[in-house]
Amino acid sequence: MTGQTIVLADTPFPPTVDDFFPPSILPWGGDGQWFTKITLLLWLSVAILILYFLLSYRKPQLVPTKKQWLAESIYGFVRNNIAVDMLGTKNGVRFAPYLTSLFCFIFLMNLWGIIPYFQISPNSHIAFPIVLAVITYVMFIYVGLKRHGLGYFKQALILPAPWFIQPILIPIEFFSTFIVRPFSLAVRLFANMFAGHMLLLVFTLGGFAMIDANALLAPVSLISWAMTVALTFLDFAVIALQAYVFTVLTASYLQGSLAEGH
Amino acid sequence: MNVAEVVGSTAAIGYGLAAIGPGIGVGLIFAAYIQSTARQPESARITQPFMWIGFAVVEVLALLGIAFGIVWQATAPS
Repeated sequence: MTGQTIVLADTPFPPTVDDFFPPSILPWGGDGQWFTKITLLLWLSVAILILYFLLSYRKPQLVPTKKQWLAESIYGFVRNNIAVDMLGTKNGVRFAPYLTSLFCFIFLMNLWGIIPYFQISPNSHIAFPIVLAVITYVMFIYVGLKRHGLGYFKQALILPAPWFIQPILIPIEFFSTFIVRPFSLAVRLFANMFAGHMLLLVFTLGGFAMIDANALLAPVSLISWAMTVALTFLDFAVIALQAYVFTVLTASYLQGSLAEGH
Repeated sequence: MNVAEVVGSTAAIGYGLAAIGPGIGVGLIFAAYIQSTARQPESARITQPFMWIGFAVVEVLALLGIAFGIVWQATAPS
């Protein structure tokens, strides 16, 4: 992992967007190459998820082993508390596998943001949230079209309201359902991860900056580093929450597409 | 002679102002959830997903501030 070791004390203090672009990893080496820490973490996340669920379900037992129990609890949590609660039993069970994969994937991708040594989440690059949001977007429109045919657009855009309010209501509904939804899904996940990483950087690098500036400020830099530890715990809460929120919102959009007409 | 000088981007002040609204909004959402749960504890599980949806929708306003700060960074006079 040559080129990955960055000496924190030498990094200039106000952290910038450039700090989100780690250099490439050897042997592909050099800046501007494609194999960076972000790529590595993406592959690791996918590999860990596939292997974990395959291995824990390899020999399913009636009395589950520890590994099987954990995998079943994660699946059970998403299926019962998100999918079935919001979509009903039939559709909930149908969409539970996708929602579970989505939840686990986002959670793991976010978790890299606080695991020591890695400490950057691939989701702090907006490309990854955009792809996840596009999948949700295409899926809820497809499910709606399959369920209602072209009447889906009528159902989604025209709400029961007096006729004279419709000219205002229809553009607003269109804007909120077909433009704001995917955009806000992507930006929410991205900005949370970006802000989390930025906060950790500010307090870590700020500690070094204060020590360098003045010896009298050394105690303050200790406070700054203590804040980093505290913020790491806060970041964990945000990570779990964002994975949950993304999944719940996807389920809620599907619920809107599957709902009967007004 | 400069008596006092402040250096940096005004975007930081702007973001601070932008965060007031979502701050109040998120506070109201959790206050309403706690209140409804205190009145009817058995409704806690039913209303929980809606609380998170509302929270996410309000929170995105603050996060847009972060995103647009970066998007318009090049065009903003610093």
